[in-house]
Amino acid sequence: MNFDFSDDQKQLRDQARKFLTEKCSPKAVRIVLDGKAPYDKELWKGLAEMGFLGVAIPEEFGGAGAGHLELCVIAEEMGRANAPVPFSSTVYLAAEALLIAGSDAQKKKWLPTIASGEAIGTLALFEGKGNPAPKNVRLTAANGVLNGVKRPVADGAIADFAVVAARTGSSGRDGDISLFLVDLKGGGVEVKSLTNLDPTRGQAEISFRDCKAEPLGGAGEGWSILCQVLDRAAVLCAFEQVGGSDRALEMGRDYALDRIAFGRQIGSFQAVKHMLADMYVSATLARSNSYYGAWALSTNAAELPEAAAAARISATQAFQHCAKNNIQVHGGMGFTWEFDCHMYYRRANAMALGLGSLSYWEDQLIDRMRKKNAA
Amino acid sequence: MNFDDTPQEAAFRETARKWVAANAPKEFEQELSKSSLGRIRLAKHDMVEVGKAWQKKKAEGGWACLHWPKEYGGRGATPIERVIWQQEEGVYGKLTQPFQIGEGMCGPTVMAWGSEDAKRRYLPKLAAGEEIWCQLFSEPSAGSDVAGLRTRAEKKGDNWVVNGQKIWTSGAHYSDYGLLIARTDPNVPKHKGLTMFFLDMKSAGVEVRPIKQANGMQEFNEVYFTDVVIPDSQRLGAIGEGWSVSLTTLMNERMSIGSRLATGVPELFEFCSNLMLEDGLAIDDPAVRSKLASWAVKSSGLKYTSYRAISALSKGERPGPENSIGKLVSGMMLQDIATYAMDLQGAAGVLTGSDEETVHGQFQQMLLSSPSMRIAGGTDEILRNIIAERVLGLPGDIRVDKDVPYNKIPTKGR
Repeated sequence: MNFDFSDDQKQLRDQARKFLTEKCSPKAVRIVLDGKAPYDKELWKGLAEMGFLGVAIPEEFGGAGAGHLELCVIAEEMGRANAPVPFSSTVYLAAEALLIAGSDAQKKKWLPTIASGEAIGTLALFEGKGNPAPKNVRLTAANGVLNGVKRPVADGAIADFAVVAARTGSSGRDGDISLFLVDLKGGGVEVKSLTNLDPTRGQAEISFRDCKAEPLGGAGEGWSILCQVLDRAAVLCAFEQVGGSDRALEMGRDYALDRIAFGRQIGSFQAVKHMLADMYVSATLARSNSYYGAWALSTNAAELPEAAAAARISATQAFQHCAKNNIQVHGGMGFTWEFDCHMYYRRANAMALGLGSLSYWEDQLIDRMRKKNAA
Repeated sequence: MNFDDTPQEAAFRETARKWVAANAPKEFEQELSKSSLGRIRLAKHDMVEVGKAWQKKKAEGGWACLHWPKEYGGRGATPIERVIWQQEEGVYGKLTQPFQIGEGMCGPTVMAWGSEDAKRRYLPKLAAGEEIWCQLFSEPSAGSDVAGLRTRAEKKGDNWVVNGQKIWTSGAHYSDYGLLIARTDPNVPKHKGLTMFFLDMKSAGVEVRPIKQANGMQEFNEVYFTDVVIPDSQRLGAIGEGWSVSLTTLMNERMSIGSRLATGVPELFEFCSNLMLEDGLAIDDPAVRSKLASWAVKSSGLKYTSYRAISALSKGERPGPENSIGKLVSGMMLQDIATYAMDLQGAAGVLTGSDEETVHGQFQQMLLSSPSMRIAGGTDEILRNIIAERVLGLPGDIRVDKDVPYNKIPTKGR
C-alpha cells in the first residue's frame, strides 16, 4: 500500500511552501484584507510563472500536464498561506468545468490564459439563499442570451469569464439546467462587489441582462456537469482547508509555548493542551479523508462522489474547529485585528459555505453511502 | 498513490491467504464475524481451548508471533508483513485473544530484558500456544499514574516476597505466567523504586478474583498477593529499573497498528436505514443524516489514518504517535452513538432484553460497555496528553511528586 504522495509531489509541496512563505506573508495578505487591493496581482503572476495555475491543465492547453495529486499539494499550501488570490474559483471551478465539458475551441481559448495568469474565471451558480439544487437556479437562458442575477459569486468582481448555471427548461428535473460560458468583459453584464466574511476573497453580484453566452456542454447536461465540478472542487478545497487547519493549529501551539500566565507556559495547562490535542485529531482525520478524496479524484474512481463528500465535511469541520480554538488559545490577543487568527477564522467560515453548506454535504454523503450500500 | 501491495507484499499475502484457507477453523467463522464489539464468546466451546489450538496450529505453520525472531518461536517478519497477516487472518485473529497480551507486551519485555535462558524457556512455549501470560501493572490506586503503585516486593535471601493487589488483569484466571511490576524501595521517588518480575501464576499466595464490572459482565480480575515468593532469577532488569522496563511493555502496546477499532457507525447506519419514525425512515430525517454523516467521516478518517500508517510501515518508516488518535476517537464515538441510537428508540430504548424494537439491545450493550473503551489502555485524558506532548511538543505536566520519596506522597485527597 502506498497511500501517500510521491517524493516528487512532496517536493512540489515544499517548493510551493517556500514560494508562498516568501511571496505571501501575512503582511501581504493584509493588503487585500484591508481593502487596499482586490487581490494580490503580483502573487497571481508569480503563481503562473511557477506553473502552479496550470499544474493540472494538459500541456496541449498550455498547462504543466501534471495531475490532480500535484494540484492537491499546491492547494494545501494555498490554504496554509491564506493566499488572497482567486485560485479556487479559477482553477478548481472554472478550469475543471472547462476540462470536463468544454469544446476543443473553448479549452483552447480559456485554458492557456488560465495557466498563464491572464484570465481569472469563476462559477456563477448561487442566487441568494440556499444550496446547490436545480430548483434554486432561476436565471434563464433563451436564444443565446442570459437573464437573471447571481449572488454571491466568488471573485466575481475580478473575473474575466464565468461558467454560469442557467435554466433552460421547466420540467422540474435536473435536465432543466444548462451551463454557459460568459465573457464578463462583454456587454449585458453588471458587476457589484459585496462585502463578505473573508475580504481576502471577494464576493460579487453579477446581473445578466440579455447577455450573450455560449453553451458549455450539451443542453440539459448542466446539472450533471456541475455535480462533477463540485465533487472535484470539494476535494481540492478540502486540501486548502487541511492546510489552513494545520496552520491554525501551529499558531495556537506556538502561542501556547510562548505565552506565560500564572508563572507557566499556558501550553502546560491541560485545559489548553487538550484543546490543542483535539484540534490535532480533527486536522488528522480531515487530512486522511482528503487523501482518500485525492486518490479518488486522481484515478477518477467510482468512489469519488462519496470520497469527495467525506473529505469536504471532515475538512470543513476541522478548519472551523482549529480556527475558532486558535483564537481561544490566544485569549484576548486573538480577538484583535492585529493578530492573524481572525484571517483563518474568516477563511474557515467562508469556505464552509462556498460550495454548499456543511449540512448540504452531509445530506449528499448519506445519499451516496446509501447508493453504495444498495449496489 | 495507490492501495496495491508491492510484489514482495503480494507474494507474502498470497502465502498467508493460502495457509489460512487451508488451516483456519471455519466452523467458528460465522460466530466470530457476528461479534464486532467486546469479548468473543463461542456458544459451545471453551474460548481458551479453541484459542490454544489455533495458536498451536499457527506456530506449527510458522504464523505465530510474527514479529518475534525465529529462535524464540516467531517468524522474524517485518512490521508490514505483520499487518498483512492480521488482514489475512481476519476474524480468526479473535480466537487467539488470550495470547495477545503475551505476544504483544509480555513477550517483547522478556525478549528485551530477560536472560538468554529465560528467553529460550518461556518465549517458544508462549508462541506455541502452550502457556498464556498476563500483565500485572494497574492497581486500585494506580491507574493513569501507574508509577504510584503500592504492591511491595521485599528481598529475602535469593528470593523476593510480594504482598499487594493488582486490578484489571485480563485473563489472570487462565494465565500460566504474569509480568509483575512492584515497589522494591519506598524511600526514593516513585519512578525510581520499582522493579519488574515475572512469576508463575500458580505460585502459593496468588489469588485471582473476577471483578463484576459496571456493565454486569466479568471480563477482568483482581489479583491478590500474600507472601508470594519469586526467585531473583525472575527479575527483569536491574533493581529499581522497573519503570524503564515497563516502558518497553507499554511502547509495544501502542505499536499495534492496523487493528481496526469498532466505532459503531455500520451498526448505526443499518439501524437508521430500517427504523421507521413518525414521518418516515430515520435515515431520511435531516437531523439524523447530519449526525450520521459527522460520525461516518470520523470513522472513515480513522480508517484512512491507519492506511497512512500502513503505508509508512511499507516504506520501512516508523509510524508516529498519531496512531494514538484511534482509541481516543472511537471510544467516544461508541458512547455517543449508543446514546443517540437509544434516543431514536424512544421509550423502548430503556429495554435491555432481546427485544425486536431495540434490535436485540445492541446499543444498550454498547452504552454500558463503552465507558471502558475510554479508560482501558490509556484514558482519553492520558491520550490527549500524549498527543499534546509528543506530537505537538507542549510541555509535560508539572509533577509535584517527582522528587518526593514515595512514602511521603499524600495518599488521600481529603
